[in-house]
Order: sequence, then C-alpha cells, then structure tokens
Amino acid sequence: MTESQPSNRPRDPAQTRRAPLTRWLVSLPPTLFLLTFFLAPALLMVGASLQQPGDFGGLVPALENGRLTLSLDTYRFFFSDWIYAEIFLRSFLVAAATTLLCLLLAYPLAWLIARSHRRHRDLLVLLVLLPFASNFLIRIYAWIILLGPFDLLYTPWAVITGMVYVHLPFMILPLYTNLEQHDPALLEAAQDLGAGAATRFWRITLPLSLPGIWSGSALVFIPVLGMFAIPELLGGTRDILIGNLIKEQFLDNRDWPLGSTLSLLLTVGVLLLAGLAARAARPWRGGTA
Amino acid sequence: MRRTKRSLWLWAAALAVYAFLYVPLAVVVLFSFNDSLLNAEWIGFTTRWYALLFDDEAMLGAAANSLLIALIASALATLLGTLAGIAMQRWPVGVLRCLPLLVLAPVAMPEILLGVSLLLFFRQVLDLTLGLISILIAHVTFSIGFVAIIVRVRLAGLDESIFDAARDLGARPWQTFRHITLPLIRPAILAGFLMSFTLSIDDFVITFFVAGVGVTTLPLQIYSMIKVAVTPEVNAVSTLLMALTLSLIALASKLAPDALKARA
Repeated sequence: MTESQPSNRPRDPAQTRRAPLTRWLVSLPPTLFLLTFFLAPALLMVGASLQQPGDFGGLVPALENGRLTLSLDTYRFFFSDWIYAEIFLRSFLVAAATTLLCLLLAYPLAWLIARSHRRHRDLLVLLVLLPFASNFLIRIYAWIILLGPFDLLYTPWAVITGMVYVHLPFMILPLYTNLEQHDPALLEAAQDLGAGAATRFWRITLPLSLPGIWSGSALVFIPVLGMFAIPELLGGTRDILIGNLIKEQFLDNRDWPLGSTLSLLLTVGVLLLAGLAARAARPWRGGTA
Repeated sequence: MRRTKRSLWLWAAALAVYAFLYVPLAVVVLFSFNDSLLNAEWIGFTTRWYALLFDDEAMLGAAANSLLIALIASALATLLGTLAGIAMQRWPVGVLRCLPLLVLAPVAMPEILLGVSLLLFFRQVLDLTLGLISILIAHVTFSIGFVAIIVRVRLAGLDESIFDAARDLGARPWQTFRHITLPLIRPAILAGFLMSFTLSIDDFVITFFVAGVGVTTLPLQIYSMIKVAVTPEVNAVSTLLMALTLSLIALASKLAPDALKARA
C-alpha cells in the first residue's frame, strides 16, 4: 500500500529492491525496539554467564584493573554438582508427565469436538478457552483451596495437577485443529474394508493426528520447563524445578552469572525441543498440521 | 449398540475434562461470597470480602498501577505491533525476512527467560531503577508479537485487488493506506489493543522480575497474598479480575473473531 510508484504491484521484485523510505519508516520502530529490548538482553545473558558475580548482586566488569575476569566458572560449577543435573532431570520428568497427562485428557475431548455438529464446534472450543480468561495465579490459587483439605498440597502431585490444569488448553486446541481436518471418508473406507474401531484408531486417526500431537506437546512441554510459580505455590521445598533455580540466583542469592548460565542451558534445551517438535509436526503423507 | 455405548463413554470423558476446567474456578467464585474466613465450608452469603477489598489501600494502589501500565503498554505495543505486522506482510524481502523471527521469538520463549534477561539489561546496561518504566518496557516487549500476528492475519486475508484498484484510480500510497488499508485492519488493531491490555494486566512472571521493590501490580499483590495465607479477599479480587478479563475478551472476539485463535 505504500510503494513509491503507484503503478507497480506490491511484490514486484524490481520495486522492493529499491527499499523506499516508507518501508523503513514502518519497519524500523518495531525492529529497533525489539533489537534493544529482546535481542540485546538475550546476548547480554551470554556474556553475563562468563562474568563474575558482584559482592551485592550485579556483575564484576569483564575488564577489571586491566585484567580479564571472564571464565567458565559457572559452567564448571554447574557440571561439578550433581544437584543441578538432578533438578534439570526432574524438570524434564515433570514436563514429560504433564505433557502425557494433558495428551490423555485432551485427545478424547478434541476428537469429540471435531466430530460434533459444525454448529456446536465453536461453542465447545470457546468453553475450553474461557478458563484462560482468568489470571494464571488465580488458576493456581484455586488448587490451593481444592487440594488443601486432602493433604495433597505441597507434594509433587499438586505440582503436576497445577501444571496440567494451566496448560491443558494448549494441548486441546492444536489437537482439535488437526482432528477437525481429517477426511471422514478415510474411516468409512476402512470400515467397509472390515477394520474394527481399534484398528481404525491406531492405523488411521492416530498417525494422521501426529502433527497435532507434536505441536500440542511443544506448547505444553516448553512453558512447563520454565515454570517457577507453580512449584513455589503448590509444591514442597524438594519439588523445585529449573525455573525456581533461576529465580533463586537472580533474586535471592544474587549470583547473576550462575543464573545466566542456567537460563542459557534452559534456552538451549528449549530450542532443541522446539526444533525437534517443528520437524516432527511437519505434515506427513498428506496429513494436516 | 456398541457404537452408542462407546460415544457415551467419550461424552463422559469430555464432560469430566470440562468439569476439571471449570470446578476450581467456580469454587473460587463461590467462596468469595462465603461468610467464613476459611475456604473450607459454606457458612452463609456475604459481600463483606468485596467491601474489605475496596478498603485495602495496597490492593487499590496495585490495581491503579496495573491499569496505568496496561493502558500505556498496550497503546505502545499496538502501535509497534501494527507496524511490525504490516512490515511482515508487505515486505518479506532482504533483512526484513528476519523480522518475523524477531517478533515471534519473545512470544514463544518461556516467560522467565524474557524476565531475567530484561532484569540483567535494565540493571547492568541501562542502570535503570526498577519500577513503572521497566515494567512498561517489558510489557510492550512481550505484547508486540501478539498484535503483529493479529494484524498480519487480517492483512493476509484481504483481497489484493482492492489495492490495485486504488492505485489504478490514482490514489497515492498514503491515501491508499489512510482510506483503504487502515479502515480494513481497524478491527484487528482494536483486537490487538485489547489482547495486549489483558496480557499486560494479567502478567505475573515477567513483571515479577522487572518490578523491583517499590512498585506492585495486581498480580504481584495477589501473589504475595497467596504466598502468605489463603483468604476470601483473594477470592473476591480474583472474581472481579475474572469478570474484567472475560468482558475484555468478549469485546475482542466480537471485534476480530481470529483474535482468540491467535492467542492460542
């Protein structure tokens, strides 16, 4: 809409190569903002993980009295103490358990919504989304009230319940979007050829829904990995996860280099998982994402 | 026969999941009207927790902060996000090809990473005293992506020929934008504004890291209350907050039906 030559089409390559002023006026403000407040802080964290902690929080300058103070100390520290590996492992286990439970709860519901009458589908989806309208802390608080009388509060089970509760819609929606696009003719054909209900599910519906399963799993697994509020409010002192560890370094111990290292390791884990999920979620033999 | 029995089971499972989603919140709302200090048994109807809420200076101050931050942050995020959405849709060329990555990464990251990296940046590079300004910047940062997605989806759905028609009729680029593009994407811009408003007023994790000691927002206040003790006053403020976000989301989905899907 904002090309310098009115007669040219918007995506004419000859036109776009000229980089008119309007393009920069439109794209520079958000780009500069995000470079400053997203990319720069992210890069800063890489540097901070190599620096030394200051006495009262903060960081010792990288160059102090002409001496370079950078080191791999925090990384060495991380790998020397089994406790960190244990917390990372526990976080991955909690995330895996949460993802699996979400999948088990979400699949029948998503399938049913996808099979229901077209007129009801939007309403049924809206009913899944509506609890999202409440604040995240309120949804956790609800479980403090509910689990309190049953002596379940401050246990790993409470943590997983909270995690499942908060992340369930992230699994239901991609699954539903996938299942809704399946062609019912496939199942009818299979039935005509004598396939039973179980065969039809395992051989047709499930394989076709794998892209949905993968994207839903990524949407649940990744945020669970970084969560600190749920273990803090619902879990006991022994249920802390990576998120709590990071929070502790930044706000309580004031060991910013170690906090940065932990954050970077979490980022690497998240990127690897996201990459894997994106690969797996690619449409498969005519399936739909 | 077997078929109906199986679908009965499925419906039962689905109902159970819906109950799992709604019962906890219903309990929160119910106990906000309960005339007992304990969230354990029903004693009788009362509205005194709401009255208490409106006498709570700390709570009112936090609510005022939240509103102020949400208004300014969502206005800025809407402006920047709309520009980003237009740029992403119009010019997927040159260096701008990387723009979607820059815009969407903050949305996809675990929130805690954005929170701690901003904390580092504010304290270490800008030497900024944490408070309203740092919270504001953080909220704009994580909201831009959501607005950009909504605006981009809307732009992608528009018929290109309408812009060609405007050009053929001699409209200058600015006129085309002012009289054709802007009116067409206005619902998306409004929905983006409402979305960033709810995101901002609801945000806990990122705010937790960049708020410092002086300034509290509503979620931070709720957090410190439930860390200490469970009181019906929390139920009351939760109920009010739920009503507010619900109406905002209803408004947003009326303005742009794609908005809800973009959030999920």
